[in-house]
Amino acid sequence: MTALLQVLFDALSLGSLYALGALGIALIFGVMRLVNFAHGDYIAFCVFAMLWPSIDAAAIVFAGNLPTIILVPFILAVGAGLSVLSEIVVFRRFRNANPATMMIASFALGFVIKYFLLMLYSSRPKSIDLWSNLTQQIEFFGARIPPLQVITIVVTIVILIALTAFLKRTRFGLEMRAAAENFTMARMLGVRANRVIMLAFAVSGMLAAAIGLILVTQTGTVDINMGANLMLVAFVATVIGGLGSLPGAVLAGYLIGAATVIMQVVLPPDARPFRDAFVYGAVIAMLVWRPNGLFTSKATKQRV
Amino acid sequence: MADRPSILERTWSTPVILIGILAALQLAALAVGSGPFNQTIIEIFIRVVLVVGLFVFIGNSGVISFGHIGFTCLGAYMTAWLTMLPAIKKSKLKGLPDIILNNKLAYGWGLVAAVIFAAIAAYVVGKVLMRLSGIAASIATFAVLAVIIQVYSNWDTVTGAQSSVVGIPIVRVVWPYFLCAIVVVIVAYLHQISRSGLALRAARDEATAASASGVNIPRERLIAFTISGGIMGLGGAMFAHSVGVVTPDTFYLGLTFITLSMLVVGGMNSLSGAVLGVVVLSIIIQLLRWMEKGVDIGGASFALPLGVQEIAIGVVMIVILMYRPSGLTRNRELVWPSNKLSARGKPNAPADGKTA
Repeated sequence: MTALLQVLFDALSLGSLYALGALGIALIFGVMRLVNFAHGDYIAFCVFAMLWPSIDAAAIVFAGNLPTIILVPFILAVGAGLSVLSEIVVFRRFRNANPATMMIASFALGFVIKYFLLMLYSSRPKSIDLWSNLTQQIEFFGARIPPLQVITIVVTIVILIALTAFLKRTRFGLEMRAAAENFTMARMLGVRANRVIMLAFAVSGMLAAAIGLILVTQTGTVDINMGANLMLVAFVATVIGGLGSLPGAVLAGYLIGAATVIMQVVLPPDARPFRDAFVYGAVIAMLVWRPNGLFTSKATKQRV
Repeated sequence: MADRPSILERTWSTPVILIGILAALQLAALAVGSGPFNQTIIEIFIRVVLVVGLFVFIGNSGVISFGHIGFTCLGAYMTAWLTMLPAIKKSKLKGLPDIILNNKLAYGWGLVAAVIFAAIAAYVVGKVLMRLSGIAASIATFAVLAVIIQVYSNWDTVTGAQSSVVGIPIVRVVWPYFLCAIVVVIVAYLHQISRSGLALRAARDEATAASASGVNIPRERLIAFTISGGIMGLGGAMFAHSVGVVTPDTFYLGLTFITLSMLVVGGMNSLSGAVLGVVVLSIIIQLLRWMEKGVDIGGASFALPLGVQEIAIGVVMIVILMYRPSGLTRNRELVWPSNKLSARGKPNAPADGKTA
């Protein structure tokens, strides 16, 4: 029972991170068919925004010293700002390009952001102490759980509810869903393309910032590559969930998180180093079984 | 229609021009003759092989693959296993079968084995995956890459896990690489104008019409995937012999994206684009590397700070794609100027924005 509870919490918190990442990618894919490979670098950028630029080994915490109540909105604003800026400077010019070109452009942008960070902060990982008391484990029905896991899960649920409310109840949300469904039609009916796309980028950037905050608290280190792995899993999750489907992306994020944690427990010790190979093997099986993902949105279905 | 020249007659100038470009690089290497410069040219030839390998599948089928570098990894380790000294293998890679452990082959056989091994792997993988299309196929190929890299970076006794495999015989002369690059360009060209290649390109541009005309899309894709897998294996083996060291990490996302970028910047749907993308981006990268080291301008030494090189490459790529969304060649092939008129009927008409 205790072990089960532990696995449950591990799976839910890991899945939450993946779900948030997948959501960030799916939002942008929905409005402009762009697979944004720079998303992982947004995550790293938001975390580095807490530090003062220096190439010393020790991190010089600057904005990170702000009280939590100001720090969190600040980092979210950084994420949203960077994301919107990249839309205005780069992606706006690629609206009519084919998906491969957009994808490579986003990768190139991520490359630029990453090496910009490298130039300012060097490539060495630095340790940073942000809310470290949250990672000290507490007993919970016999299972040892860091409060951060609980916070991650709760925060994700709150974000999901807020986002759902935003998409379903507000005018902006309605416009965004319409744009995701059929962009040309939505424009003809009076949805302003630039506004909707910028909004999607802003929300996506904030999600990246939220992931960054959780990750840095969890690991206590900042690293220019910290978002890369998560971005890849999130990317896979968006496809498994059905590209363009937000609930699908979230669900698939949780599924991959759960699969990873369960494999870690179930696999024999010899096979454990190969865990990720098994997870990706399952991904292949899943795609062969359902090439269009768990939830297929009408917009992505191929029409003859 | 009987008097229409054959496709070979109409398009043969393309591979000739491309080989001419490669030969110019080879001549430059001969003329300069310094070690570091040769290494640069070798690097370019290896990238030509890799990017043309990507083109054979991605360019002809329109399906983006993130997994091809996995086959490069297979090829690199295969040649490492076959060509290293038995003594080194016995101490580091004990898990290899005895027959490999006790023998050592010339590097030429290592290249051949790498091609065959990677092509077989690609065939097996493709058999399962080629039914998928679009983004699902891309993600599935990425998952294949992840599986290969995970296995190679953890299989201690056979691949040395994360630690690098050293002691692969290093080939420093340029011409074997030049030869491989030429062979690959010719193979890609022949595939492109073959019945299978044409069918695949038709399926890329109009999937429904092609399959209605009797094109078996999964089968044609599988053929292209196998050929390109073999080429990627060759590229991996060439890489292994050019530096003498392999680690699984070399063959992961960094290489995947740089090769994909070269293909897209050059023009994804044309063989000329694949070759030109490599040459142009490699030259830019090399110039920036020199500037990073420091150049003397008017007596004052001037060096770029670390990281600027990569930032500049990223910016250059974005700018090229902004103004030429379908690549430097606009997805057309290079042909002799006098051939231009007859080249209009080529299978390679520009298909901007039409890749599914």
